Amino acid sequence: MIADYILFFGLSIVAIASALGMLISKSAIYSALNLILNFLTVAIFYLWLGAPFIALTQVTVYAGAIMVLFLFVIMLLGIEQLGKAPSIPWQRPIAIILGLILIFEAGYLMITRGNELNPMQVSSSAFGSPKAVGLLLFNEYLLPFEAISVLLLASMIGVIILSHRIKNGGEERPKPFSMEGEE
Amino acid sequence: MLPIQYFLGLSIILFTIGTLGVLIRRNAIIIFMSVELMLNSANLAFVAFSHMHQVLNGQVFVFFTMAVAAAEVGVGLALIVSIFKAKQSINIDDINNLRG
Repeated sequence: MIADYILFFGLSIVAIASALGMLISKSAIYSALNLILNFLTVAIFYLWLGAPFIALTQVTVYAGAIMVLFLFVIMLLGIEQLGKAPSIPWQRPIAIILGLILIFEAGYLMITRGNELNPMQVSSSAFGSPKAVGLLLFNEYLLPFEAISVLLLASMIGVIILSHRIKNGGEERPKPFSMEGEE
Repeated sequence: MLPIQYFLGLSIILFTIGTLGVLIRRNAIIIFMSVELMLNSANLAFVAFSHMHQVLNGQVFVFFTMAVAAAEVGVGLALIVSIFKAKQSINIDDINNLRG
């Protein structure tokens, strides 16, 4: 039990600190690296909660593919240092107050309604295995799975069209975001 | 095994940090990363509840969320690149063409 507490609080400190680092750091690259650390920590939580398949998907898809895409775009655009202050001065205090309200509301709900939750059970080794997830995915959730494939295809076509229009947008077609609307 | 309240608390804190990132930061890419953090905290709550009830449907839902997040990131980053090509900036205060 003591080992559980040490593991939980150690991992949560890393997760929260890396999330705050993502929020605070001035350089976009550092933000992305902090977020990768956060994703890896959450993947360890998934492993702990009996979801090894989801944990490894998190590492490969989130920390691997998505964050590499982020880093690639940050380095492609060369926008590492865009730490301008917000132009609306009262935005930051209002945001912090709203965040505190959100966290107090959620915490209040969790404390007052928490006794309705079941205690955690120790799961068997087959729980959350790729075989079990796959059986559920391809039997009960087959239609959503196919819909996801259509969604991914649509987003792929969208990305190709968006980046294609930039390449020869100057000559044949009007630019997607014209500058003439500005005062 | 710890009670589920610990994991839900961590999920709430991560979600709030993501919300603050969306509200405070002006860099479009940082805002995007904060949205990813919020999705991730929701996924953590899903997996915790899935473990509490010993039902796998929550994990399947997390899988779908990840696929939707991947699609969203692809299109979103292409949009950011396209906006940067047109405006030479991704500060969202500069993207005000639709301002009435």
